[in-house]
Amino acid sequence: MNVSLQFPENLRFTAEHEWFRPEDGAVGITDHAQHALGDIVYIELPAPGARLTAGRSFGSVESVKSVSELYAPVDGVVAEVNPELAAAPELVNREPYTRGWMIRVRADAIPGNLLTAAEYRRLVEA
Amino acid sequence: MPDAPEPLVFELSQPGRTALRLPEIDVPDAAVPAAHLPAATLRRDPPALPEVSELDVVRHYTRLSRKNHAIDTGVYPLGSCTMKYNPKINDALAALPGFAHLHPYSPDHLAQGVLHLLWELEQALCALTGMSAFSLQPAAGAHGELAGMLIAAQYHRVRGDSARRTVVVPTAAHGTNPASAAMAGFDVVEIPSGADGVDLDALRAHADATLAALMLTNPNTVGMFEARAAVAARIVHEAGGLLYYDGANLNAIVGRARPADMGFDICHLNLHKTFSTPHGMGGPGAGPVGVRADLARHLPGPRLRRFDRPGERAPRFAWEPAGPEGIGRVRALYGNFLVLVRAYAYIRACGGEGLRAVSGHAVLNANYLMELLRPILPPAYDRRCMHEFIADGRVLRPLGLRALDLCKALLDRGFHAPTMYFPLIVEEALMFEPTETESRQAIEALARAVADIMAEAARDAEAVREAPRHTPVGRVDEATAARRPVLRYTPR
Repeated sequence: MNVSLQFPENLRFTAEHEWFRPEDGAVGITDHAQHALGDIVYIELPAPGARLTAGRSFGSVESVKSVSELYAPVDGVVAEVNPELAAAPELVNREPYTRGWMIRVRADAIPGNLLTAAEYRRLVEA
Repeated sequence: MPDAPEPLVFELSQPGRTALRLPEIDVPDAAVPAAHLPAATLRRDPPALPEVSELDVVRHYTRLSRKNHAIDTGVYPLGSCTMKYNPKINDALAALPGFAHLHPYSPDHLAQGVLHLLWELEQALCALTGMSAFSLQPAAGAHGELAGMLIAAQYHRVRGDSARRTVVVPTAAHGTNPASAAMAGFDVVEIPSGADGVDLDALRAHADATLAALMLTNPNTVGMFEARAAVAARIVHEAGGLLYYDGANLNAIVGRARPADMGFDICHLNLHKTFSTPHGMGGPGAGPVGVRADLARHLPGPRLRRFDRPGERAPRFAWEPAGPEGIGRVRALYGNFLVLVRAYAYIRACGGEGLRAVSGHAVLNANYLMELLRPILPPAYDRRCMHEFIADGRVLRPLGLRALDLCKALLDRGFHAPTMYFPLIVEEALMFEPTETESRQAIEALARAVADIMAEAARDAEAVREAPRHTPVGRVDEATAARRPVLRYTPR
């Protein structure tokens, strides 16, 4: 039962397994990350208006196995938090790239060091 | 099949049933002065305590205890927790009336034997770690860590070195390390670590005028000896910082190597892990904190002093307040005294040679189990381990199984599971620590049970995924329990 992981082409990735969608500034964790974490039970996110610094922790995700930090992919300000996740954190497991988005960020700029889908796939499969 | 669930003691309650009859109250009721307890905090109704007989209570808790897995009933290879046997003589000695019935406010001159014991325990811990002084006050390992971090903060503060705000912690540290440092007011920086130990280049990058301390566990949490601890010590000391030894894994080196000789300045010891006292689990524990000579003035007070007066046959002992540079008390009275008695009994029973054998057998047993499992469950780091090792649960993936499934299936075979998914730097980690108190036969039986599960998994993965089936509670839905927990008992 080897799962096949998704790596959407329109996203950019961090080595810490977050994804960033340039069109609308959405941020979440990758399919690989949700699979490695197992059943997600709680997500701690910043409030709208919070200032994020790329590479610094902006929240945490708790699974039945562990609590892991979430790292900001970009510098920017939190514009919106996914209101569904408080009651249904399992959305991150089920639909990590769509309904499982975590926050939308008004990014100052899109850093050049984010990984493409192909680059991130190589990192995960290494 | 699992037994019927044991009811809560509240559900056994029958109105008016009691274990014993209390004498009638023979003093008049008195109103509580409102200044002491505001009316809003007073109960209107009596608490809903269970009304049960002595036999109800005995049967209830005996039944519950029989559903549990304990070191006294089976092998308990829970890595990082060091579930070693706790010799019963420790309990017998701690129950002696001279220890158990001594009032904590007894004057020193009526408690000389007890103070002598505590002083000798401090000396034994100094001898085993190379530290110059110990305080027995901290009530648990993490409490000892916090005391140690407060000592580090005090050391820098007294020297006027207020820029030292950073404590560096490797990723292989226990989770309590960053928590303790943060509680003591430091900024925590995490650096990578792996089988070779702490990343020295990452450490060098933080070795500047803001470095307060490096916290290191040796052997580290992946069960490997930090062979470069002395190099790390030099880097930290040259930058003006302190080196903190998390003594959680001292059981692998006790009697053979000493933290102070590796360059550590402060350490705490979890007495349950090395010195066979009961695991606290929220109950009384002990995490003494020790320091090098020039840091002794920062230890929590009061401090125990020994006086050898000319002409007196025996030494005298007394509590003395710590000086103005101490961090103050970290606990009421003198620590969890009866736990300390157990550790003292163990150290005296083993002696120096016995403690060397403890660490030798702990390491030998872990390596023996690692080699027995190697063909079916390879080690994550393929090299000689110390007192514990991590097996790579990823071998279960092609069968559609996880480390968790193997752990559950072990419960069905009468063994406690290893620690799983810790440390986080190893995927599907299965951390085994047989401890020195398991026999060769017990270790071989554990290895056979793992082999049996792996064979079953290859044959019928679904059966393993449904385990355990023979325990009082079967496979629980951990995700729902965590997402929608029921935290409060509501009477029916």
